[in-house]
Amino acid sequence: MLGEEYIIDVQGLTTRLGEYTIHERLNLTVRRGEILGIVGGSGTGKSVLMKTIIGLIKPSSGHIRVFGQDISALSESERQMIGKRWGVLFQDGALFSSLTVAQNVEAVLREAYSLPRDLVSELAALKIKMVGLPPEAGDKFPSELSGGMRKRAGLARALVLDPEIVFLDEPTAGLDPIAAAALDELIQYLQKTLGLTVLIVTHDLDSLYAICDRVAALAEKQVLVTAPLDELVKYPHPWVQAYFHGVRTREQEPQAMDVN
Amino acid sequence: MPDAWFSHHPSSPESTLVAGGVWQLSTLATLIQEIDALLPQITTSELCIECDTLKSLDTSGAWLLQRTLLRLEENGTCCQLKNISPEHQALLTYVQEYGQQQRKEKVTNAWLANSLVSIGQSCLFSWNEALRFIAFLGHMVTTTGRVFKNPALMRVTATLHHMEMVGIRALPIVSLTAFLIGVVIAYQGATLLKQFGANIFIVDLVAVSILRELGILITAIIVAGRSGSAFTAQIGMMKVNEEIDAMRTMGLDPMIVLLLPRLLALILTLPLLTFIADFAGLAGGALISWITLDINPILFVQQLQTVIAPSTFYVGIIKAPVFAAVIALVGCFCGFQVSGNAESVGRRTTTSVVLSIFLVIIMDAVFSIFFSEIDF
Repeated sequence: MLGEEYIIDVQGLTTRLGEYTIHERLNLTVRRGEILGIVGGSGTGKSVLMKTIIGLIKPSSGHIRVFGQDISALSESERQMIGKRWGVLFQDGALFSSLTVAQNVEAVLREAYSLPRDLVSELAALKIKMVGLPPEAGDKFPSELSGGMRKRAGLARALVLDPEIVFLDEPTAGLDPIAAAALDELIQYLQKTLGLTVLIVTHDLDSLYAICDRVAALAEKQVLVTAPLDELVKYPHPWVQAYFHGVRTREQEPQAMDVN
Repeated sequence: MPDAWFSHHPSSPESTLVAGGVWQLSTLATLIQEIDALLPQITTSELCIECDTLKSLDTSGAWLLQRTLLRLEENGTCCQLKNISPEHQALLTYVQEYGQQQRKEKVTNAWLANSLVSIGQSCLFSWNEALRFIAFLGHMVTTTGRVFKNPALMRVTATLHHMEMVGIRALPIVSLTAFLIGVVIAYQGATLLKQFGANIFIVDLVAVSILRELGILITAIIVAGRSGSAFTAQIGMMKVNEEIDAMRTMGLDPMIVLLLPRLLALILTLPLLTFIADFAGLAGGALISWITLDINPILFVQQLQTVIAPSTFYVGIIKAPVFAAVIALVGCFCGFQVSGNAESVGRRTTTSVVLSIFLVIIMDAVFSIFFSEIDF
């Protein structure tokens, strides 16, 4: 499993939902230990791509290899094994609404390993604190939290198994700039210390500049280009140009790129 | 060689321990057993933990190591980590900052106090719920008053839509159930009446029980289960999605938009459904009378006309609008009481069905006493 250059390797992926073709012969590779951003207009299938990679949506054709294994060829038990090695943060957290935040995080641990109770709750509390939630948030139900807090709780749940890959669907959307920056910092810290691979769908240009090693631009049912951001912004495609040089794009200072 | 270990150092077992291998979530279960077995044996005041064989560490493993150090320090053993790589040290410091050991809470055996508290809480809850229901009724009455003054406020399309949903869509199941109830009553009655040679009284038996009680009761129970629950779930989901708040900000009154159409639709359709149910029940009874007692349908109808007064039919049908109001009000009230999450929708839906069926049966009992007192 080590030594493989690409931890995620998507080749010739075609996805259809009903009669709509979302992706057509799409290629995407993610290297081990990098933070890859995915950008694209609304409705271009960023989330669908993420869900296809983690096996929630069956592709019409093409190959998806994660950890060197073909996702669509796995049996149910193999998929569960692989599921322990990645963590997913869904757009609105997707926390179990009948469990408290702490129980949400603990449930993942309990399902996967048999550990003593106090250790489980300590590990859950650790992860909850790591994502920047106050300790008392652990006893609250998801419906009692704000959107931003739910998102962080979802991240705590995604991180609790110390996964090798983390999939993040718009992690900073709806967060205030301070919280968003803290989240970016956390993701980058974990990537550095644990060698995490991160796939992040985002519209947050600050995040893209701050933490992404490479960015994949999704348009016209394909990945147009995957490149470090400073190369990507020069890519001569009208959509890329509109995205990165639009009115909303503030001029990013050069030092913003090497925030560590 | 195991994947991970925590043990005495072979050369100087007194003062040195070895933490080595892969300290990860997957090896935690075995590690913690080793740690729990080893810690009570340690009595020295100073201890060195050798980490040069520590291959990898994730946050969970780091926390276990950190936690072990904390536990040792609590027992008065001063620990030192030796030969730990800088990355692992960084992770340990990180975990040290965020982690916290759980204090063992004393389990107090206060079941009596707890059960008293929960009884008190549920009493308070019921009391508040009753107050809220009264407020809801009051709100409904004033809203109805406003709509009477200005009938244009009434949502006709919505009302018709709900009439279709609760009325026409319920026809097959209501009539089938009533038909079968008629069959059952006639069967049970037939064996008994045959013994007395009082075959013809099967008509009285079937007609009285179906028309007075069972037609309306069966219909009301099915509608409560079908439509009362649907009302609660629909309104509850709207509450969860903040649609009701959105409505208020647009100047729409949820009472007018959501409650009144459902209430009116049910009040109008339940009598009609009951009429169909009565008919289906009688048909079931007539069929069985024909098969078992040889009373042909023509005779059945003739007997029906001579022995059954119209009041028998009215007693049943009069109850229908009242039951309809109970079902619609309870269903909508429970929907408006949903708060927060999907689980609350489920809980409220259950309450709504159980409560409306219960209230329907209570109302039925009240009606029975009332009608027998006035000799109707």
